[in-house]
Amino acid sequence: MQATTHMKRRSDGRISIKSGNEVQLIMQLTILILTVLTVLAFLFFDYTGLDIQRAIQETAYNLKVMFLEPALSHFGWGEAIYQVGITLGLAFLSTILGAVLSFFLALSAATNLTNEWITKIVRIFLAFIRAVPTVLWVLIFAIAAGLGSEAAVLGMLFHSIAYLVKAFSEAFEEVDKGIIEALRATGAGWWHIVVHAILPSTFTYLMSWTFLRFEINFAVAVAMGAAAGAGGIGFELFMASSFYFDLREVGMITYMILVLAIILEVISTLLKNRYFPASIKN
Amino acid sequence: MNENRIRYKKNQQMIIVVLLLALVTYLSSVLTDFNILHGLATLPEAFIWIFSNLVVTEESLERMPTILDKLVETILMSIAATTTATILSLFLGVMGSKSVGTSKLLGILARFIASLSRNIPVVAWALILLLSFGQNSLTGYLALFVGSVGFLTRAFIEVIDESSQSAVEALQATGATYIQIIMKAVIPECLPQIISWILFMIETNIRNATLVGILTGTGIGYTFDLYYKTLNYHGVALVTVSIVVAVILIELLSNHVRKVIL
Repeated sequence: MQATTHMKRRSDGRISIKSGNEVQLIMQLTILILTVLTVLAFLFFDYTGLDIQRAIQETAYNLKVMFLEPALSHFGWGEAIYQVGITLGLAFLSTILGAVLSFFLALSAATNLTNEWITKIVRIFLAFIRAVPTVLWVLIFAIAAGLGSEAAVLGMLFHSIAYLVKAFSEAFEEVDKGIIEALRATGAGWWHIVVHAILPSTFTYLMSWTFLRFEINFAVAVAMGAAAGAGGIGFELFMASSFYFDLREVGMITYMILVLAIILEVISTLLKNRYFPASIKN
Repeated sequence: MNENRIRYKKNQQMIIVVLLLALVTYLSSVLTDFNILHGLATLPEAFIWIFSNLVVTEESLERMPTILDKLVETILMSIAATTTATILSLFLGVMGSKSVGTSKLLGILARFIASLSRNIPVVAWALILLLSFGQNSLTGYLALFVGSVGFLTRAFIEVIDESSQSAVEALQATGATYIQIIMKAVIPECLPQIISWILFMIETNIRNATLVGILTGTGIGYTFDLYYKTLNYHGVALVTVSIVVAVILIELLSNHVRKVIL
């Protein structure tokens, strides 16, 4: 958005008062295209077997039963806590393994620590990983590596790495150039610089990002339990709604997930406000 | 002397954190029956399997029209969910913002709605809606819509609260009404950021749509599930490749838009 000093003229010589406003044009175009696509979407939707009025009434009733009369019926509280533990465990494992691997990958993706083409290769690789939805990674690993927690953790690991490498390498790039130069001047090797300059000055920051990813991974672990049979509370949620049609149990499980998700969100908001500058919040 | 002690203390803290993490890692692996050595050992085999089985063959290319059809449906569903959620989220965002919000009570209400729809997982919404809406596009659309409202509202509240207040003050000084201030100062000021978040949400929703599709039997997720369950791995490969291409194309496009407007 730089102010242009010269005047643009139209072909007939008149001054174009809309000149230099590519930004406005692109924004209007984006909104227009999205609106058109939205209208198209509603026209092309497949509405088979839908009775909208009945569906809304039923959903309202279901929601009422779920949230006002929650109860466990197919398993007890001990089992419920155990299943929540499994979900938390899956989320934790994929986060911590992801963080360790991301640390090394991020070192090779940070522009101030390696040369340009390694950075580029790593970034392209990560873009590919991100493009495949997590559930597909988990399902593909489930057939390739056999069912079980390994497939779930490996699948979730991929997106954790893609997310954390980006965050970590940006943190590394912000390390004061002076510190690195000073160490280089004393003849310190690459590993010395990493251990004595990069790691100490970014440690709390890295931990905060890792926790933010843990918050996301908890939700992902619930989803993987439901859609990819990864076990945990997500799988119980799927069973309760698709096999037992037990709305009260669905309600109780939803409450459990909700409470945990809100606790995690509160902690990560606190971490964000404490350790992150206002400019890079998301 | 003093400096040494500080350094010693800092090192000690780091060691405690690392030990604690190691302990939790151990507990989690016991709980989930996860064996990292076994996981690593199967990894090469897994990749060999992927590269030898998940290949697109000419035979599977015949299914391309069906897949493309479902892919377009999924993308349209994600876009529709995002744009309609944006309209609601803008209201909630203005209500929930500290700088231009109307009343404290409405602000709390907006934040509460956003938190509820964000923290109840999309999976739960999908399963609940599936019970009464049945297996059609609207179920997937609604599940994505609810999740997007929560996420976008939080983003919009942050954007509005961080934007400059000078335009708002200038309009207030002229005696403009509340609606005028929102429409002519707040929204235009935040529009680039808002569009950037919308684009981000569309990208996220396309990935989520696959997940929702597997659960609700709609869109590309259903196609994937169908091939997956009938062990048609060439079909699985083709669906995966088309999702990857679609996501990367949309990401490139929105990165381009972002570069111009931000």
